[in-house]
Amino acid sequence: MSNQSARAARNARLEAASKLAKGKIVEARDVTALLEAVIRSGDRVCLEGDNQKQADTLARALAAVDVSKVHDLHMVQSGVVLPEHLDIFETGVARRLDYAYSGPQSARIATMLFGGKIELGAVHTYLELFARYFIDLTPKVALIVAVSADREGNLYTGPNTEDTPAVVEATAFKDGVVIAQVNEIVDKVPRVDIPGDRVHFVVKADKPFYVEPLFTRDPGAITETQILTAMLAIKGIYAPYGVKRLNHGIGFSTAAIELLLPTYGERLGLKGKIGTHWALNPHPTLIPAIESGWVEQIHSFGSEVGMDDYIRARSDIYFTGADGSLRSNRAFCQVAGLYACDMFIGSTLQIDLEGHSSTVTTSRIAGFGGAPNMGSDARGRRHPSAPWLQAGKEADPDSPAALRRGRKLVVQIGETFGDKNVPMFVEKLDALTLAEKLDLQLAPVMVYADDVTHIVTEEGIANLLLCRDKDEREHAIRGVAGYTEIGRGGDKKMIQRLRERGAIRRPEDIGVDPLDADRNLLAARSIKDLVHWSGGLYAPPSRFRNW
Amino acid sequence: MSAVQIASVNTPSSEPDRASWYEASARQRIRSLLDAGSFEEFIGPEQRELSPHLGIFNLPAQFDDGMIVGRGRLRGEPVFIAAQEGRFMGGAFGEVHGAKLTGLVRAARDATSIPLLILFDTGGVRLQEANAGEVAIAEIMRAIIEARLAGVKVVGLIGGRAGCYGGGSLIAGCCSALAISEHGRLSVSGPEVIETNRGVEEFDSKDRALVWRTMGGKHRRLIGAVDAFVDDTMSAFRDAAVRLIESGPRFGADVLDAEQARLEDRLARFGTCADALDVWTSAGVDAAAAVPALPSEEFIALADKVRSIRHDAR
Amino acid sequence: METLSYRHRAEHRAGGTKPMALVGVVASGNLEVLVERVLPGTECQVDISTAAEGFGAVWEAVVADFVERRSPGGLKLSINDGGARPDTVALRLAQAVRSIEENDR
Repeated sequence: MSNQSARAARNARLEAASKLAKGKIVEARDVTALLEAVIRSGDRVCLEGDNQKQADTLARALAAVDVSKVHDLHMVQSGVVLPEHLDIFETGVARRLDYAYSGPQSARIATMLFGGKIELGAVHTYLELFARYFIDLTPKVALIVAVSADREGNLYTGPNTEDTPAVVEATAFKDGVVIAQVNEIVDKVPRVDIPGDRVHFVVKADKPFYVEPLFTRDPGAITETQILTAMLAIKGIYAPYGVKRLNHGIGFSTAAIELLLPTYGERLGLKGKIGTHWALNPHPTLIPAIESGWVEQIHSFGSEVGMDDYIRARSDIYFTGADGSLRSNRAFCQVAGLYACDMFIGSTLQIDLEGHSSTVTTSRIAGFGGAPNMGSDARGRRHPSAPWLQAGKEADPDSPAALRRGRKLVVQIGETFGDKNVPMFVEKLDALTLAEKLDLQLAPVMVYADDVTHIVTEEGIANLLLCRDKDEREHAIRGVAGYTEIGRGGDKKMIQRLRERGAIRRPEDIGVDPLDADRNLLAARSIKDLVHWSGGLYAPPSRFRNW
Repeated sequence: MSAVQIASVNTPSSEPDRASWYEASARQRIRSLLDAGSFEEFIGPEQRELSPHLGIFNLPAQFDDGMIVGRGRLRGEPVFIAAQEGRFMGGAFGEVHGAKLTGLVRAARDATSIPLLILFDTGGVRLQEANAGEVAIAEIMRAIIEARLAGVKVVGLIGGRAGCYGGGSLIAGCCSALAISEHGRLSVSGPEVIETNRGVEEFDSKDRALVWRTMGGKHRRLIGAVDAFVDDTMSAFRDAAVRLIESGPRFGADVLDAEQARLEDRLARFGTCADALDVWTSAGVDAAAAVPALPSEEFIALADKVRSIRHDAR
Repeated sequence: METLSYRHRAEHRAGGTKPMALVGVVASGNLEVLVERVLPGTECQVDISTAAEGFGAVWEAVVADFVERRSPGGLKLSINDGGARPDTVALRLAQAVRSIEENDR
């Protein structure tokens, strides 16, 4: 298609919809008709589908289109979250899917994939999907969500800006059509997150878009075991490597680490030496550390429900616009986590004897989200830092220093027995079984063995950088697998040798007494405590209240 | 936040007085409330008076059946004390659990001169031991009334995870005086029960702010169902216990009449209110919506202004 | 319900003079340990009552490690278990020994 006709084709679509719009504004009741006018069968469509915010009005409208007019769409979106995201595959409105994350729909999507209802392109990480928006998965139509718009189509995406800039950049500049749902249409937006000339239609939604609180963990639910793993991580990894720049995956062990910085971390004299610069969503559990002066700055992928006022008050820490509210950006934060952080630490569901880990089970497919970006060694990195160089030296002590690349610390932290007392350590990942069942070329592994550097459990720390071969790796893993079958199956002599070399370190080797892992160590023990720490600015969602 | 505020939020174990009542186990509450080393347990765990019923349901028992009874000293003065472990079977009454409290209340009744503290943390009666549990509730209520007629002060403390529900709340209603913290909840019916029976439009049990507005410590204080509101610390509960033992009213037919009148008056004043916010506004609170977020000290000052405790009723 | 019992000989007698102690609460994922100083010499015994059946091998390993690490000579430890994980069991056993070795407060 020539340059002229690509442009003309877009104009034809806009023309087809023009009678439904007053300028750019379309009434909510005309949205389905708008989609039928603008979208052609077989189009590649991006429906926001972010990690948190959802273009739910547009999703419902898409699910309601006449399938004889619009069918066999190729959906490209970060998140498969709403029921409507899958309903369109049942009805034939959509046929093919490329995506990154499906947590809330993990069971249904598995069923539909097994049942052949969805033609799967691939499951990606967020950044990888954004990358393909610019190469071979460019959307023809983007259905996006913003907080407010003016009549020119300038959009305010606010704290939950998330994926929108990346989606719009790819669509608008490649002759695509951008349709935005907003909570309200105003005379002047608080700040311009998306310039109006990239936006073709604006719809005021019937109700404000929903945002799921994904990053709130109740300190009241943190157990002594999770506190122990957190103490081991701080004293056994953060301190000796001097980790200042990092990303925390969401979970209770990392929440415990955040809450131990002002107390346990302070006692160890680590303020200013660790945890200063973060790629992180606005975790409420980091509030005590921020208020105690541990944190220099945080860049965020998205926002978190209830944190808006606190973020405004701490614009010295968070990225905020001139209007005072948070500006998040998933694409840039993912890049930050990849290249500008020296450590990723997060939890997983299963780890095998090589060190591959996955959150997939045979009946649930949650996708990858952003973890593989964070939890991987960025081989394109060139700037040195102390933790990176030290990890590189441990992995490869023999090469000359000037030719020896560093390594990002990639830490898996968790309890040997997880939810429902299911062991974390397994012989064969469910992900492999799933790949066989679905005939996938690759098993959905979250973090590969050659990326992971440490495993932390309540039994201690396995430093895989110090393991020289597969056998040593396997035993280092068995050495921290506790009383699971994997843990009880290790060669005791080999494990002892690894311990002498420091490839396995038990709590007593690190100077941590499990009896000291007490909830009194947490800087905040309840959601209410977090509210107090924030000076009353943090407003937790109702489900977290007990007052 | 200042360093002082930080210290008040995080309570190292070197400051036991400021330790959280809500977080503590029943045994920790007893230990923190009473004078050091003064607690003497009756029918302790080593006696192994386990529930004879739970095994039938493949449920594990607890050596003290979730009810700890005994005596000790509170600021030098003797007290009888009972504490429920809210995390075991939701603190609910079973046969042994109930019988231990019944026995303690009767001991207090017979001693006549030693006050009784009941540390409530209960969802009501155990379904698995319903008959025995219900009988125990009735026996305890009767024993408390007998004890009060004999001049014994019976003070209830409410602030645990399970709240004070069902039969526990009926027992609480018979006490001389009650103290409650913000976390504490006091109601006969629980949130899920109300929602099941009346529908989610009437009461959404997942709306936790609504739950606490309706049955939580602050509301109970403002509507007069409890005598003291306290901070969630050991020392606050201890101070309130001492105060209420001292000031709790004697008991008699005239007191019951006054209580009936108080309840009628309450119904007349607040009966048409749709929400606790309306009740508080009606009671004279200026900014009702701000009440849940108020820190303890400010709330106590507000509550004292709005509604002074009348000791002639209960 | 399953009951298990393990008898061991510890390296030395547990310290302190308290006759008994109790740690923990019977709740989901938790357990209580009643520890009594009632056995002769360096004998020790761990009795378990649990609703989670079939984990004998794990209990055996946890108890053996506990005896080696904490030397609970002279102690009988009685457990009511609410389906706790092995690490929680190990922690409570250690807490029980610490509790009975502490001076009376």
